[in-house]
Amino acid sequence: MSRETSLVNSDWVSLNLSTSGVVLVEVDEDTDAYEKGHIAGAVKLHWRDDLQDKVRRDIVSKSDFEKLLSDRGIANDDTVILYGGNNNWFAAYAYWYFKLYGHKDVRLLDGGRKIWELESRELTTNVSTRPASKYVATEQDHSLRAFRDEVLAAIGKLNLVDVRSPQEFSGELAAPAHLPQEQGQVRGHIPSAKNIPWAKSANEDGTFKSDADLAELYKGAGVNLATDTIAYCRIGERSSHTWFVLHELLGIKNVKNYDGSWTEYGSLVGVPVELGA
Amino acid sequence: MITCGAKAGGPSLDGIDVSKSAIVQGIALISGEPVGRGYVRLLDAQGDFTAEVPTSSEGQFRFFASPGQWSVRLLTAGATCEAEFSLRIGEPVDLVLEIAS
Repeated sequence: MSRETSLVNSDWVSLNLSTSGVVLVEVDEDTDAYEKGHIAGAVKLHWRDDLQDKVRRDIVSKSDFEKLLSDRGIANDDTVILYGGNNNWFAAYAYWYFKLYGHKDVRLLDGGRKIWELESRELTTNVSTRPASKYVATEQDHSLRAFRDEVLAAIGKLNLVDVRSPQEFSGELAAPAHLPQEQGQVRGHIPSAKNIPWAKSANEDGTFKSDADLAELYKGAGVNLATDTIAYCRIGERSSHTWFVLHELLGIKNVKNYDGSWTEYGSLVGVPVELGA
Repeated sequence: MITCGAKAGGPSLDGIDVSKSAIVQGIALISGEPVGRGYVRLLDAQGDFTAEVPTSSEGQFRFFASPGQWSVRLLTAGATCEAEFSLRIGEPVDLVLEIAS
């Protein structure tokens, strides 16, 4: 993968708002953001209602994903452009999700909703609907997804990259600072994990840093990218952002997103936890 | 030079247990009007990014941080401003981030 096949900029989106076969999809942490205004033609995915299993703690099944995309009018051969708030956290999560289920052409709007707004580009409140499609997904590609036991086995052996803020990593905070801090999990991080906050890979306007800067970021933090890497955060969306940087922009193979992340790990009985920087 | 004031202006704290949290909140204004499409970034004492929220349609924002020295940086189309402050548990800080026209 590369920047050319996984990212588009806001000018490209402006020029392709009506291009057949291009589908804009907004995914936000603030699930009301779409209704307050979105890019013309964009459809909405709700990160919780659409992308989380309604009973179990898991992503939705293949058949539910097929139904979701069919209902939204997204076809297998569409070019899907994902964007959203929080510097594309949840859009990157959806990107990882689309790749997990085998979508061929999916890209992020570099800078997401923020760059669109900072450039004073137009938003609309007109809700977009598309004729239903018959989407067919592949089985989940588990080469992109890490599970709990793999993470435990990776301690001290593989790269564990904790992309949360330094305060969450050290145990000072239990959640991102824009959220209340009452959480069910213990605080801290997985032993041997390196703390490389997702924000270090993005510019202030939400766009990604250059490939050279990104490569230096991980190398400079002592991550041997020749070794397998597992990224994690609190619920798997910020780590999707880092997974995107490593796997899609830098083209590094053997990078997995641990979507169970600290919500799962910090609830486990008997596993090792470290505090401090 | 554009500067940020530091007066009251954040969303209501009703229903939030302020005794356990170090809260900073406020309102973002441009020419006296709420910034409905802006972003507020929370930076730690070293100036490193910690968190970010979009402003509400009323221009308001809130963070639950930890005690210490912090700053916030407002981004909106064509303008930015910053404010520094210190936080303590149980003593919410209210800011007005105001960009003059």
